Amino acid sequence: MPDLWDISMQNILELKNIGYSYHSLHGETRALKNISFGVREGEFIAIVGPSGCGKSTLLSIIAGLLEPEEGTILVNNPDGSLHYPKIGYMLQRDHLFEWRSVYRNVILGLELNHCVTKERLEAVERLLTDYGLDKFRDKRPSELSGGMKQRAALIRTLALEPQLLLLDEPFSALDYQTRLFVSADICRLIRAAGKTMIIITHDLSEAISLADRIIVLSGRPAVVKNEVSVHLTLADASPLAARNAPEFQQYFNMLWEDLTHEK
Amino acid sequence: MKSKRKNKKKAGPELTRQEQFVRQHRRHHHEISSWRTILFVFFLILWEFSAYRKWIDSFFFSSPSRVARCFVEQLKNNALLSHIGITLFETLFSFLLVLLFSLLVSTLLWYSRKLSEILEPYLVVLNSLPKSALAPLFIVWLGTGTKTIIVAGISVAIFGSIISFYTGFQQVDAEKITLIYTLGGSRRDAFFRVVLPGSIPILLSTAKVNIGLALVGVIIGEFLAARRGLGYLIIYGSQVFQLDMVITSIIILCLIALGLYKSIQYIEHRIKIQFKM
Repeated sequence: MPDLWDISMQNILELKNIGYSYHSLHGETRALKNISFGVREGEFIAIVGPSGCGKSTLLSIIAGLLEPEEGTILVNNPDGSLHYPKIGYMLQRDHLFEWRSVYRNVILGLELNHCVTKERLEAVERLLTDYGLDKFRDKRPSELSGGMKQRAALIRTLALEPQLLLLDEPFSALDYQTRLFVSADICRLIRAAGKTMIIITHDLSEAISLADRIIVLSGRPAVVKNEVSVHLTLADASPLAARNAPEFQQYFNMLWEDLTHEK
Repeated sequence: MKSKRKNKKKAGPELTRQEQFVRQHRRHHHEISSWRTILFVFFLILWEFSAYRKWIDSFFFSSPSRVARCFVEQLKNNALLSHIGITLFETLFSFLLVLLFSLLVSTLLWYSRKLSEILEPYLVVLNSLPKSALAPLFIVWLGTGTKTIIVAGISVAIFGSIISFYTGFQQVDAEKITLIYTLGGSRRDAFFRVVLPGSIPILLSTAKVNIGLALVGVIIGEFLAARRGLGYLIIYGSQVFQLDMVITSIIILCLIALGLYKSIQYIEHRIKIQFKM
């Protein structure tokens, strides 16, 4: 009993046997089957899997945008309360609105939740300054670089003070060089903010360099094929340096095996 | 290669590539507007000359000088201005009602997918229906007068307008709407924060089409059910064989159409600056 208690205390979120199917007149497509894993506070989890395996569906379920057809999501906040952790969701593209200035884009979430309070705005100000966007607040999104846009999108997400951040291949619209830089940058900022993160990616190197734990999903219907805890000897190093860690290649090969050998 | 470039520079006045580009751009525009003017003047001269040489019968085809005379005469007895004013008023009024009503309906259609599916075939049929066929009905139902004419003006533009607005609303990036939901917004928020501002370009281009269509509808209405307005003037002129009056009215209609289009274009321009689009 105390053992069980301890395990669930560690997790702020626990997925139990999550299943989901898409329905059309042509029939049913199983997207997810028996997905179970826990999320510890402050942990960075990467979900990798073949394309079209239902990674985004899983994220939508965690975000509460979709109801799971089977299974449950258990909640266990560190303070013992049972409310669902507040979730910030970063989509594949930044989707900053061109008809709003950068600043008004950033406070969009606050407007939508009717919580444009003094404290929240001050927090936004701090983020703008910390992330070097202060000078660009009155600019239009199209005047920002790719990295700046992602930072603005991150502030928009963080402004609502989420506990858990979900990132759905958030850098896939960027070119390779920018992507390396921006993904490292954004994850550093999220770590600094002390948030928990689940990131979907199809880039194994990105997953290894960013995450504490990698969950490998199979092809459709997706099941959890493997869970890999990442321990690189360059502890606390930047994600870019992590790519040079001696274990990097081993992890890469292991994940590659998992992904390419079905069953 | 190098020497060639140098030669080029020496030959002309010292112009950077940018200046050359700007100059070329201006020249192009200048050329276009000159040709437009030349075409217009040439047409006027040809018309006047043909009438003068009796190649065409100016009783039927009028001539620029007769049109000018007719215009001045009509201005003198003050009738023309009131005809123009009435037509303009009716057109603008129908246009505004079309905008308001189609914005309302397309919003409802966006909110309720079911409603839009139910109404789709009706909208398509009503949109393709020649609206002039309805005008006699409007006269019977509403009598002859401004009300009928405005309804005729609305009827021509409204269905196409609803369809364009609704199509525009649907073309808004679905992920942007998802973003609103992920930030905790409602469907209402999605409409007012994403769909509506994201559709402004389509709203404006539809408005440009609508103002022309409203004018068409108003003239149809005036043909059948008016004692005032340019449409009435055209019908009256043709009945009493004053074709100068008919052609003068048509030319004024051309100018009105141009003016209305230009003013919407100006408003579009202002809004685009406002939203930095």
